[in-house]
Formats: sequence, structure tokens, C-alpha cells
Amino acid sequence: MSLAVSSEGLTKRFRSGQVAVNAVGLAVPAGSVYGFLGPNGSGKTTTIRMLLGLIEPTAGSSNLLGTTSFAALPDVGSLVEGPAFHLYLSGRDNLRRLDAADRHADPATAAARIDEALDRVGLLAAARKRYRAYSLGMRQRLALAGTLLRPRKLLILDEPTNGLDPQGTREVRSIISGLAAEGTTVMLSTHLLSEVEQICTHAGVMHLGKLVAQGSLPALRAGSETRVRVETSHPAEAGRCLEALGLKDVSSADGEARGLLGDLAPEDIVAGLVRAGVPVRGFAVERPGLEELFVHLTGEGFDVSG
Amino acid sequence: MSVASLAGTGRFFRSELLLIFGRRRNWLGLAILAVVPVIIAVAAKVNAPGEDEGGFFGGITTNGLFVALAALSVELGFFLPLAISTIAGDAVAGEANQGTLRYLLTVPVHRTRLIAVKFAALVVFAATAVLTVVGTGMIAGLLLFGGGKMTLLSGTEIGFWGGLGRVAMVSGYAAVCLSALAAIGLFVSTLTEQPIGAGIAVLILYIVSQILDTIPQLSAIGPYLPTHYWFAFGDLLRDPVSFNSAGPGLLSAGIYTLIFTTAAWARFATKDVTS
Ligand SMILES: Nc1ncnc2c1ncn2[C@@H]1O[C@H](COP(=O)(O)OP(=O)(O)OP(=O)(O)O)[C@@H](O)[C@H]1O
Ligand SMILES: [Mg+2]
Repeated sequence: MSLAVSSEGLTKRFRSGQVAVNAVGLAVPAGSVYGFLGPNGSGKTTTIRMLLGLIEPTAGSSNLLGTTSFAALPDVGSLVEGPAFHLYLSGRDNLRRLDAADRHADPATAAARIDEALDRVGLLAAARKRYRAYSLGMRQRLALAGTLLRPRKLLILDEPTNGLDPQGTREVRSIISGLAAEGTTVMLSTHLLSEVEQICTHAGVMHLGKLVAQGSLPALRAGSETRVRVETSHPAEAGRCLEALGLKDVSSADGEARGLLGDLAPEDIVAGLVRAGVPVRGFAVERPGLEELFVHLTGEGFDVSG
Repeated sequence: MSVASLAGTGRFFRSELLLIFGRRRNWLGLAILAVVPVIIAVAAKVNAPGEDEGGFFGGITTNGLFVALAALSVELGFFLPLAISTIAGDAVAGEANQGTLRYLLTVPVHRTRLIAVKFAALVVFAATAVLTVVGTGMIAGLLLFGGGKMTLLSGTEIGFWGGLGRVAMVSGYAAVCLSALAAIGLFVSTLTEQPIGAGIAVLILYIVSQILDTIPQLSAIGPYLPTHYWFAFGDLLRDPVSFNSAGPGLLSAGIYTLIFTTAAWARFATKDVTS
């Protein structure tokens, strides 16, 4: 399996002495949509800056599309830490400037490509407005349009749906999914776990500068175990029955009993409960969500780690 | 560089010029530069300076081209360095400040190419600024005082077209000196993310250099100061043209340009872009 993004021991120590990224070994498979997760300040943006060659790693190395970052960049569209454009230029003029700076871009098709990119992010109507007058969501859309000026093999997007309205968010997700379907690899950092569930095939989780988990979503989920939950008027009885059926880590509280499913079949458990005469009001198999996994990996604490 | 890549850089260069000349602030700056020669011309018309008056002012009433020279020597003292400092300070720091630098670099624009294009655009701006002063000066001067023969500093008289040629040479000299200041500004601009701060720093450097040059005890270092030969363009108004000071002036500007564009490149090529 070839990797669109890979790194080994990627480390950044800032002049302040802080190690913002610590020996990160990324493996983003070609063709995947890779969710790059982590709490605020965990080092996602710093990692992305190193991948794109904006900052020099203190140690380690990285590759994009199997080559050095500078050689790969013409095929890479990127969004880093939010949009940034010239305030007094219009949206279209800002894209013209980006395209003019790209010496691999064909000037003959520039106007058409720029309008197509604007259209794709729903910004054509506001193309002549000065960037200064753009709302946050419009700015974010313009930045996305900038990544779509040319066909790309890889998109590296730092919080692409930040600041977008619900329609914009859906639109951007569908753009990303569409590009992924055409074979573009997408690496996106986000705080929205639902976004990862919806569009990602793979994920990596950063915590305190370290990559604490990485893999395909099913593989990541498999790391934590599925539970069953029985709603009943007799929780104690239900708990005893679950134990008798061989479930581990059984607990009963008011109105329900829980236990680890293990490799038992859920239907056998229901049958067992009914045979034992436990009144079952509801039965659920709870596959752990990414959220539980995320909290498990990065802790409950709300404060950012300085 | 191949033809294709040169063409690609031409497009980026034009976009850079559009950025500088598309900005209202910069038009305002050029307008201010253009006002000074008009004031000089009108003032000389209202109240004619004596023939023995210093600098180029004495010649104004005899030949309108002297308005351009007088305006240039006045504006070289402050307004032109102010304009160049502001634009040069903005070159890299302004893009860093707005965050557009990271998006240029990921286009990708090679860092060397970025510095080269930024400096080339600064040179064009310096030339434009000088032409603005000299151009409006000539128009105002010729309208109010007419052209005709020009009496050079060495006393020789030359014809109108010869005079125009001398004005062009002086303009070129001033543009070269200002380009050296632009190179210093470009370097300062790579050190910070504050464009205004960078501009002010460059202007202060210019003023300090001027001040140091007037202190007799420091005359030994005088020739090494970046502004030492700036006003030596009188050399170019002699017959024959003298390079006693203008020659070292061009050399000094060339060396300063080389040193500081190299320093800007060296600094920028390895700089972490965290803005
Ligand atoms: N230029 C810098 N100098 C010093 N420290 C920095 C610099 N940039 C980032 N850091 C520190 O590095 C750590 C990681 O920051 P980074 O921006 O990579 O986090 P992040 O995961 O992108 O966070 P968020 O989700 O809030 O965007 C933070 O503690 C931050 O304070
Ligand atoms: Mg970030």
C-alpha cells in the first residue's frame, strides 16, 4: 500500500523550548480520507506546517506523494490554520494572484479554472467583493477554492469546515467526498468527530504532540470493546444472568444492566435473558463511538496543555 | 532557467506589481511625491529665486528642467526614502502579517524566487517614484518657465535635449540609490511580521546614516555609509560628466544591494514561517 503522506520521527521543538510535535510517524494511505484529530494545542497545525515545508523539523523527516514536500506541492492543495488573503483585493483577484504565483499553472485557462473553483465552493456571486467584506464562512470557502485551482492528488486541510454554516459544512463535506471518490487523498484536521465518522476512512489522534493512535476507522474501533445494554425492571437479576452467560465486566444500575459483549452473539444473550425470565424492556449493542475512543486517548480534561 | 519557467515568473512578477500599484495607499504616496515639484514650481513663479541661490533653485527660472532636479534633491531627503521604506518593509513582513505568505509558499513558490520577484518589484517601484517626481517636475517647470538651453554646474551651456538626457541620468542614479535602500528594507522585512515596524526601522536607518555622515569626527566612516553618495548626482551635471563621486556612489549602491539582497535571501531561505 503506497502512502500519500508519511513521516518518521517528525519532531518540532520551538525556540521557547516547547516540543510541540514529538516523534510523529504518520502513515496516510493513498486514496484514503484521513482525519487528523487532537485537542487544541496538540500539534496538528505544527505537523501540517512541517509537512508543507513551512517550518523545518527539529528532527525526523516527511514525504508527500513519495517525494520531498517542495517537489510534491504542485499536486497538493492545502489549507493551513484558516484562510489568509489580501484584504483589499476581491475574492477573484486573490485567486488570480495565487494562480499567477504558480508557475506550473497554465495562464490560458486561468480565468476558467478560477471561476470553476469559485463556483464549486458557491462563491461565484461574491467573486467581485473585496475580501475585506467577506464573512468568516466566505473566507473559508475562498481558501478552499484556492486548493481547487488545479487538479490535486492530495489535499491537506486544516479544519476545512471551521466557520461554515450547516449548508456550507455539508457542501464542503460533499466536495471532499467527491474528490476522494475521484482518487484524491485527503488529510483533514478537525475537532468534529461526527465529521470523521461521516467522511473519513482513516484517522490519527494527536495528544500532547504525540500521535497516540492511527489506523483505519474499523481498526481503531476494534481497539475498544463493544458493550450490551439491557433495559429492565430487574437490573440485579439481569446482571446475574449476563454473568452466567459469560459476559465480563457486568454492572447493573437503576433500570439497566451492562456488560462486555466479547465474542458472544447478541441474539443468544437476548434468548438467554428471556429463558431466565428477565423482563427485557430494551436491548442495545453499543459499539464504542469515536468520541469515547477520543476521550479515552486524550483524557477528560478540558484545559489545553501549555 | 528555461523559457517556460521565466514566463511563469513573469506572471508572478506582474501580479506583484499589481499588488503594489493596485493599492490606494501607494497611489496616495505617489500623489504626495508629485505635489512637491508643483509647489516648488509655483513658489518659484510667484517669488523668483535669485540666480545665485544654492542648488538647482537658482536655475529654475531660466530652465524648467531645473524644477525636476530641485524637487528630486528635496524629496531624496525624506519623501522618497519614506516611500521606499514603507513599501520595502511591507514586502515580506506584510505577507507574513496577513498570513498570505504561507499560501504563497505552498503554491509552491520557491523562496529564492519569492525574494527575487519581491526585490524586482521594489526596483520598479523605486524607479516609478523617481519618475513621478522628475516627471511632474519637468511638466510643471516647462509649463511655467519653458525649456531651452541648460547651463550646467561647470558653466557650459547645452541644448534642451542634452539637458533632458542629463535629467534622465540623474533620475537613474537616484533610482539606483533608492534600490539599495529597498534591498536593506527587504532584508529588514524578512526579520519581522510587522510591516509598519519594518518600514519605520528602515527609515530610521536612513536618517541615522544621514546624521552620522554630518559628524566631522566620524568622517572616516562616512564613505561606507549607505547614503554618503546619494547627493553626488551633481557630478552628472558637469561637462564632461564626472564620476569622482557618482562612480563610488554607484559602486556603494551596488555593494549594498548585493549584500542585503543576499542577506534577505539567506535569512528567508531557512526561516520558519509560523504566521
Ligand atoms: N510559533 C510558535 N512558537 C512557539 N510555540 C508554538 C508556535 N506555534 C505553535 N506553538 C505551540 O505548539 C503547540 C501546538 O500548536 P498547534 O497549533 O500545532 O496545535 P493544534 O493541534 O493545531 O491546535 P488547534 O486545534 O487549537 O488548532 C501549542 O502548545 C502551541 O502553543
Ligand atoms: Mg490548529
